[in-house]
Amino acid sequence: MSRYIPLTERDREEMLKEMGISSIEDLFSSIPEELKFKGKLNISPIKDERALVDYFRNIDAQNRFADKKIFLGAGAYNHYIPYAVDYISMRSEYLTPYTPYQPEVSQGNLTAAFEYQTYISALTGLEVANVSMYEGATATAEAALMALRVKKGKIAVARSLNPQYKEVMETYLRKQGIDIVEIGYNRDGRINIREVEEKIDNNTTGFIVGYPNFFGVIEELETVYENIKDKKVLLITSTWEPLSLAILKSPGDSGAEIAAGETQSFGLPLAYGGPYLGFFATTKKYMWKMPGRLVGMTKDIEGKEGFVLTLSAREQHIRRQRATSNICSNEAWCTVRVAIYLSLLGRKGLRKLALLNHKRAVRAASMLEDKGFKLKFNGPFFNEFVVDVGTDGEKFRDALLSGGIVAGYPLGKEFPELSNSLLLTFTEMNSLSDIDALVKGMEASK
Amino acid sequence: MILDELYYTKSHEWVRVEGEKGTVGITDFAQSELQDIVYVELPEVGKKLKAGEVLCSIDSVKSSAEIYTPVSGEVIEVNEKLSSEPELVNKDPYGEGWIAIVKLADSNEISNLLSAKEYEEMLEGEK
Amino acid sequence: MKLIFELSKEGKEGFFVREEAGEVRIPSDLMRGEIKELPEVSEREVVSHYLKLSIMNYSEDWGIYPLGSCTMKYNPKVNELVASIFTDAHPLLPEELVQGNLRIFRELEEVLKEITGLDAFTLAPSAGAHGEFTGITTIRNYLESKGERREIVLIPDSAHGTNPASSTLAGYRAVEIPSGPDGMIDLEKFKEALNQKVAALMITNPNTLGIFERDIKKIAELLHSKGALLYMDGANMNALLGKVKVADFGVDVMHLNLHKTFSTPHGGGGPGSGPVGAVKEVAPFLPGPRLIGEEGRLHWEKGGDRIRSFFGNFLVLVKALAYIRELGGEGLKEAAELAVLNANYLRAKLSKKFKMSYSTPTLHEFVLSEESFRDKTSTLDIAKRLLDYGFHPPTIYFPLIVHGALMIEPTETESKESLDDFAGALLRIVEEAKKEPKLLHSAPHNTPIRRLDEVGAARNPILRWQKS
Repeated sequence: MSRYIPLTERDREEMLKEMGISSIEDLFSSIPEELKFKGKLNISPIKDERALVDYFRNIDAQNRFADKKIFLGAGAYNHYIPYAVDYISMRSEYLTPYTPYQPEVSQGNLTAAFEYQTYISALTGLEVANVSMYEGATATAEAALMALRVKKGKIAVARSLNPQYKEVMETYLRKQGIDIVEIGYNRDGRINIREVEEKIDNNTTGFIVGYPNFFGVIEELETVYENIKDKKVLLITSTWEPLSLAILKSPGDSGAEIAAGETQSFGLPLAYGGPYLGFFATTKKYMWKMPGRLVGMTKDIEGKEGFVLTLSAREQHIRRQRATSNICSNEAWCTVRVAIYLSLLGRKGLRKLALLNHKRAVRAASMLEDKGFKLKFNGPFFNEFVVDVGTDGEKFRDALLSGGIVAGYPLGKEFPELSNSLLLTFTEMNSLSDIDALVKGMEASK
Repeated sequence: MILDELYYTKSHEWVRVEGEKGTVGITDFAQSELQDIVYVELPEVGKKLKAGEVLCSIDSVKSSAEIYTPVSGEVIEVNEKLSSEPELVNKDPYGEGWIAIVKLADSNEISNLLSAKEYEEMLEGEK
Repeated sequence: MKLIFELSKEGKEGFFVREEAGEVRIPSDLMRGEIKELPEVSEREVVSHYLKLSIMNYSEDWGIYPLGSCTMKYNPKVNELVASIFTDAHPLLPEELVQGNLRIFRELEEVLKEITGLDAFTLAPSAGAHGEFTGITTIRNYLESKGERREIVLIPDSAHGTNPASSTLAGYRAVEIPSGPDGMIDLEKFKEALNQKVAALMITNPNTLGIFERDIKKIAELLHSKGALLYMDGANMNALLGKVKVADFGVDVMHLNLHKTFSTPHGGGGPGSGPVGAVKEVAPFLPGPRLIGEEGRLHWEKGGDRIRSFFGNFLVLVKALAYIRELGGEGLKEAAELAVLNANYLRAKLSKKFKMSYSTPTLHEFVLSEESFRDKTSTLDIAKRLLDYGFHPPTIYFPLIVHGALMIEPTETESKESLDDFAGALLRIVEEAKKEPKLLHSAPHNTPIRRLDEVGAARNPILRWQKS
């Protein structure tokens, strides 16, 4: 008997007896005999808890990254997570409930979600944020779908958008028969405004821009906005390093009407890619067109303030095929972690952390420039930048692996024009001596 | 409540015809079935529709209903007041809760609609 | 209770961040000042705040959580420890450094194939609905590779709302098939709707009424004869573990919900995971990246359309694999058997006072109709009164085909005593409805907050905190 099943043999017999049934198998009589599986599943049990843990520790022993100095970002960022985030979020009351359909016994989650919405609204400079999307790429694709509900037409996408996000957007939009046009980048790594003028027209619904973009470069959003606003094109930003929003002008203040992206940096472990948390924010004007769950403040029958899921008629359980999205389960638990993380870091801490990340990246860039490396783009960056290594980027990175260094992300596969380039990322987790080691290693491999 | 001077559809919309203009809304029965209305997704002015096509949708807390235009034509005006006060549809479905004005493409279509008496009989039949 | 923003006081700090000398290379016109909405709170106050919030939540660990089709089973604690081993890898590390993680993917793919009899799995989808979109997209790409451009996905009227919404998202038109008087798909109506325009039927089996779709194999054959595919929504797979292999039904593509059937915690609405399996012919159209190679040399290859960044909700996959490895094949089968035993035991107890929506036998869940109490009280009132008794109510008003539905799934991890207590509360509430209906109508009375004004919340939405 499994330790998770609190039914003794005797319980089972009594229950059957009370029901007037002779065996459990009789309860499966509605399944036609020829469809029943008569064999045994070939999965052997590991009943001993210690053996189970050892089994997985042995699997982990095949991983060999723990002692490496890693300078990877490109959509997932290694930031320190205050232990209080784990400690509180692991409580049963946060980890094990279902979606808060019964608000009277879900005020904890609903309140935390309301706080999370407030945080995302503040960071993006937009009025309304939902409780979550799956992760950054689907959040960005849903932003494009929402734009199509505001205005029909084609979607413009910056070539410098996260390439995985672009692929997901193509999956989502192509099924709807939507055209996607790509807008190139300049030598400074920023959007090519001439292409914006040429390719974006009145039939364009929205323009999706990475902020910062995949090269780590900070776009001049206002310039982009000035060039598209008369064509009634929605400016949509996608951000996968949300820490940057702590010091950068907010998308909402720069003309964006939808801001989507990834929130992993705020208290979620790298975890080999998931679970992460997609954020989504827009203006109040468009709130009925947005996907995902929303929590609103209201009062109970005694006049006490409380929170409920609201504007639900947008969603699949009510609108079915007419819903604004098919999303149901999202990443609610991750929003609790983000709320705790941002509460701890706070107004001063978050800003300091963002500056620390930026300064470390600047320091590394200067050191590399001193050693004769060239940055590929001269636009300002946040905590990652592209460096030209003068030879095939992937081979260059592999050469450094034996020295215990993972020298960023080679761009050649997704940007053939950048095959000699690496995207290097720096956070507070990359110590100054690690940066020294990276620069030394790169110089030696040059 | 059913008003004599209006024409009705089986899907519980009404139209008030004045010259070449038709003002469209939902019936008292429809608003009471939907209960507390929280959002009216108004149609765009200029939209051209055939009778029976979706004009807009109306949402309550736990449901969402599509509203069909009783008459063909172009939407020439919408009740902007409903975007901030959707509850007007509950309070005054035949008055302040009107949804849109359609410029009639074919006034003969009226003969396809139900009279107040026919609509009343239909509701009796549904009970 | 105050919000975290209302606890803010200038000068407080919840986390130490080093200040380092160095150059700022961002032009000031691209920067913002301090974000005034963010609070300044000490760690002590942050912990206290979120602790106080937490105790206002009901949770699965607290007790029975009988939401139908949600499979709120106990979440084994050791799985959290196992997941904590795997938190540190960056997803873009060279594959040679993460062979352990890749082995997790491979092992989970293998056990899911064994459980379902299907030929291949992708573990990328982040939740059930994401799995549905992935599965229907996979079907679409498969059909289009054969030059078939179809338009329609058939969906029974008892289906979850995500089914039609996912079909629309994948570019198909959802067409509803009515259920017959026994609660199963009406076979004749299905045959009438089936034609060359149909890409697939999405079927949940057992369906949301808890009823096994007896004709499923026949349905598969009919679909295949018209070149259409059978998609199975695996939301209710907990009834079938080890008892069937769904590939034997003629299922071509399906998704599983690891956060339901395989015990990973729901987190108050995610993260989940919705792996999608397919038969051999369709497998090449599953999304990418796809895991290739032998153990020790596993690596990612491009594969079909990408549906999210990176590879999936990895830590959820780890927990599900730990669950499956601990229970083993026979343990999974036992879980299914006892889930069905518990549901039927509860059904039998409640049948004394409640009317079942359908008399057809059910497996892991069942649906009560409001018929037996409609004149005295409502489904909503009964659900709210259950809160006063300390129980989480069942799913209410779903499936849509049952008026005032109460949809109950106890799962295998409830004791007989727990089921007896829950049934006792429901039976007592029915008595209360006769004698004191007001008591129900004003329920709940003992919760941190009473019934909330949902109409006001939607008419005048307040969706963020603002300094007054």
